[in-house]
Amino acid sequence: MFKNTRLWAIMLIVAMLGMIFAGCAKTTEKPPLEPKQEQQSQQPKEKKPANKEVILATTTSTVDSGLLDVLKPEFEKETGYNLTVVSVGSGAAIKMAEKGEADALLVHSPKDEERIVDAGIVIGRQLVMHNDFVIIGPPNDPAGIKGKPSVEAFKLIARKKCLFLSRGDESGTHKKELSIWKQAGITPAGAWYQQTGTGMGQTIGVAAEKNGYTLSDRATYLAQKKNNGLQILSEGDKALLNIYHVMQVNPKKFSKVNAEGGKAFVDFMLSEKTQALIKNFGVDKFGQPLFVPDAGKKEEQLGR
Amino acid sequence: MELIWQGVVQAVKLLLAGDPEVMRITLLTLKVSGSATLISLCLGIPCGALLALTRFPGRKFVISLVNTGMGLPPVVVGLWVSILLWRYGPLGFFHLMYTPAAMVIAQSVIATPIITGISVAAFQQVDGKLKMQIMALGASRWQTVLLLVREVRLPLLAAVMAGFGGVISEIGASMMVGGNVLGRTRVLTTATVMEVSKGNFDVAIALSIILMVLAYGVTLVFTLLQQRGARL
Repeated sequence: MFKNTRLWAIMLIVAMLGMIFAGCAKTTEKPPLEPKQEQQSQQPKEKKPANKEVILATTTSTVDSGLLDVLKPEFEKETGYNLTVVSVGSGAAIKMAEKGEADALLVHSPKDEERIVDAGIVIGRQLVMHNDFVIIGPPNDPAGIKGKPSVEAFKLIARKKCLFLSRGDESGTHKKELSIWKQAGITPAGAWYQQTGTGMGQTIGVAAEKNGYTLSDRATYLAQKKNNGLQILSEGDKALLNIYHVMQVNPKKFSKVNAEGGKAFVDFMLSEKTQALIKNFGVDKFGQPLFVPDAGKKEEQLGR
Repeated sequence: MELIWQGVVQAVKLLLAGDPEVMRITLLTLKVSGSATLISLCLGIPCGALLALTRFPGRKFVISLVNTGMGLPPVVVGLWVSILLWRYGPLGFFHLMYTPAAMVIAQSVIATPIITGISVAAFQQVDGKLKMQIMALGASRWQTVLLLVREVRLPLLAAVMAGFGGVISEIGASMMVGGNVLGRTRVLTTATVMEVSKGNFDVAIALSIILMVLAYGVTLVFTLLQQRGARL
């Protein structure tokens, strides 16, 4: 009997060791060392990048909407890079860039973006696409904001002290929300104003559960729609535009940044093929596109 | 109610259809948490034996630290391991951030105190007279330890299960140091969180069921082993 136990134990240990080795085999294929400064002199040949690892810091909306699930394999197939998508709020994504921990950024927080462009932290910032924010809330609309422009709607919500859920996570959406409060001349505070401190999907969930209002990007709202009874109550004005830019982290500032990879991602996002993918993304699932491709356009041209 | 049913159906479908993505995620979960548990065993049992069987100044203090570490919050571990492994962190030159290796490191940090703590308790449970007897029979120090390990194998198996259970169900650290990268560092817990934030509750439920089945399966093997040992 005892022998049997020992046999078991040995077999288990062997199995676990096997697992470790199998794990190591995968994990030891470390990314090749940083390319030296040679990258400036020669263009990388197709499909043979020197440093294959590219880190993209992006917002939760591009991931939660499913867009990056479509774009990531395309990018990897086309360029031979391995893309690591780190989905955080725009604020955290920008902080990653400021520390040189990302190679490319895809975010929607224009004011902060301009700041880091001016500081030389990122380069090659380009308009890539937009969609819009919507104010969503319970169908019975206790604040009576239906059809009102965004600033007006926020004023009504504050006046009637209806529950409003803010993401409160320094994301692009949170920043947009704060700018609308500012335009409305209101400092939101009190029991009616609550911060969830989580991503968009979660915040919509909380709003649905508590019958509150919240500001969401259209893509995430549509993706979540099947799970909750919230409705779009205010949409369409220019203040609600949600503009995404892509940019690469400046390799002159951070020597460990994958310069070629960052640039490859920016180029990829602006390419005609990708723009077409963006244009059609979501049509089959939601009956309408979630993003409008904008490569080559100017920010002032946007809006209806 | 319908949602739960959909989730269960989805889980069965994913498992039966052998969805390659789900298979890969499941396998990676097992690999990462299995490796982390094994590393923690290699570190935790000797440390536990040392703390239980020797006397040195500051020993109680160290044990109190280990016991606190048994409840080490995974997010704290995730944060600190990320800070160390980031490109511009002190260990950045290893290029481990957002790899399975980083997840193994973080999970080992979580499991080692658990295994050490239980080992300390296990070794201290051994009758002191037994140790004397073993030594009196002329066993070397190393032989003594081996004999004692055999003596405490049942509580040690409990330590293994606690450690493995702790890391396979862990999310905060895995998310932070692994980044939930599709095809490379996505494990069952991080995939579940992602599906929830995408609003795909049925897939999330399916993944959670697979995770539970996996955790149960591994624990069952250990439990059988432990109970077989108990009959002796």
